Amino acid sequence: METKLESRVRQTRVILNSNYAAAYAVRDADVDVISAYPITPQTGVVEKLSEMIAEGELDAEMIHVESEHSALSAIIGASAVGARVFTATSSQGLEYMHEVLHIASGMRLPLVMAIATRALSAPISIWNDYSDLMNVRDTSWITFIASTAQEVYDSIIEAYMVSEDPRILLPSIVAYDGFWMSHTYEPLYIPEDRKTVLEMLPRRPRYTLDPDNPITMGSIVNPDWYYEIKYQQVEAMKEAYRVIREADAKIEENLGRVYKPVESYLAEDSEILVLTYGGIYGTLQTAVDLLRSEGLKVGALRLRLWRPFPARDLKTLVEDAKTLIVVDRAISYGASIEGPVALETIAALYREGLYPTIASFIAGIGGRPVSEDDFRDMVKKALELGERALKIGSIHWGVRGAEYE
Amino acid sequence: MLNIGETIEIRFHGRGGQGAVTASIILAEAAGIEGLYSQAFPEFGPERRGAPVKAYTRISKEPIRTRAPISSPDVVVVLDPSLQPSIYLQGLKSKGLVIINSKRDARSIAQELGVERVVAIDATGIALRNMGVPIVNVAMLGALVRVLEYISLDSVAKAALKILFNIKWEDNLELLLKTPSIGEKILGNIRAMVEAYKSAEVLMT
Repeated sequence: METKLESRVRQTRVILNSNYAAAYAVRDADVDVISAYPITPQTGVVEKLSEMIAEGELDAEMIHVESEHSALSAIIGASAVGARVFTATSSQGLEYMHEVLHIASGMRLPLVMAIATRALSAPISIWNDYSDLMNVRDTSWITFIASTAQEVYDSIIEAYMVSEDPRILLPSIVAYDGFWMSHTYEPLYIPEDRKTVLEMLPRRPRYTLDPDNPITMGSIVNPDWYYEIKYQQVEAMKEAYRVIREADAKIEENLGRVYKPVESYLAEDSEILVLTYGGIYGTLQTAVDLLRSEGLKVGALRLRLWRPFPARDLKTLVEDAKTLIVVDRAISYGASIEGPVALETIAALYREGLYPTIASFIAGIGGRPVSEDDFRDMVKKALELGERALKIGSIHWGVRGAEYE
Repeated sequence: MLNIGETIEIRFHGRGGQGAVTASIILAEAAGIEGLYSQAFPEFGPERRGAPVKAYTRISKEPIRTRAPISSPDVVVVLDPSLQPSIYLQGLKSKGLVIINSKRDARSIAQELGVERVVAIDATGIALRNMGVPIVNVAMLGALVRVLEYISLDSVAKAALKILFNIKWEDNLELLLKTPSIGEKILGNIRAMVEAYKSAEVLMT
């Protein structure tokens, strides 16, 4: 993310964690209905929103429910009658929502959900990784992964812009590291006047449930039509890429911040690139500086957009590199390459006709910290293994008992 | 005084319920008021009253990129002297500073811990006198800013009001102390901070 000094909208500097940054974006988007079931590390989002409603800062309905399954169902109903809606969750909560995730996207409702990502039970872990998010990649939700509190704020605004676009009408997820971001206070800029945000988010007409003009949503469909309806989702998800780029341009114009589907740091002349996602991108950048001081031509990449997958952006950035190292924070058990983003990256580069040496690492599982030294040592390990790295599948970094030669 | 240089890394040590995490957030907010970049986060874990707690604050003139926990701090702030020194001295830089809540003098603490730089402050006594409860986090911040360049006591007071009581105070500290209508509980915190700032014993070689 790159910040321009001047922006159209006047902004104020605040210190917030990513949970609160999400809540402020929801407030500024003038959301009508919120339903959520608190779960750590997401709790701060809905706590702050409840406070805002109680203080009269936000005129919204907070629907209290008994589970995440109901939380998502409740906002599906509210969205179906035309409301702008929001929910947030993590970990088991997201898993409990799973069947409803498909219903939301299948009904083409522009919901927005924040996810403070977290490991999954069992064994119980309240700490961060991306297992929860990676499990919902095939539910047809547009998915952003933010790396700063600023980006969480901006991405939630952007998510409403994209989801509510009549060409798209798909729900969106804005994900960020549980704890490493959800509980980290840092500076960000938010608009002084909420009206300026609302100008970016005009209410647009769409099909809604209305007793005067009855329609049916989510009815049963026979085999002769189901596939065509689902194919429309395939098309909408592809089209979403273009609409996201338009929204990026509007964010830049209004808020002065430049976002790309794949962010890069010192990538231009790099022989070795390291691709990751979420908050550890900052740590990776520091590691890149360390490695460059040792004389290695290393650069960093960050996947900001997970669905739709920005294959061409990745191709353009990776084109001149010899080695690509992908650092995942989730495990696809039994997959040929167990890192989900590594797997996807290899498919995308193959599609684009690009075949660099690739190494897949998995790190940070269950809240284990990933430091600058970890990144540096991963790069060195990848260079040492060369072509052999991918034959291993994914390298499980720092796991006691796992050895790779 | 401690010059911030590139980035200063501060680690707070306390026990669950003493406000170490809140102190780390107030400091980050105060740095923000000064126009600096800052970052504050706790060592995450099940929250249990009385268990050892760690929290981190980074302050810099440049944007802070890393999110790794602080393993070699410039400063450790020890809210509870009953913690094992092996916990709070872990990774402390060779010229690192220990700011500790203690009735003892700085020199004897330095000798016992084998460190050169100590700020000693009887924060528990100060908190009890000013607030009637042994909550020392704001007092400890008073002792900290005594040796921290670029962050004024004024900014810490403003940050504490914002984080602890959700009050936006635009005026200076002097006027705040002369505003009884703001409430005794709030003023108690601020008075404790000022007293700690003034009475901290600084040993910097």
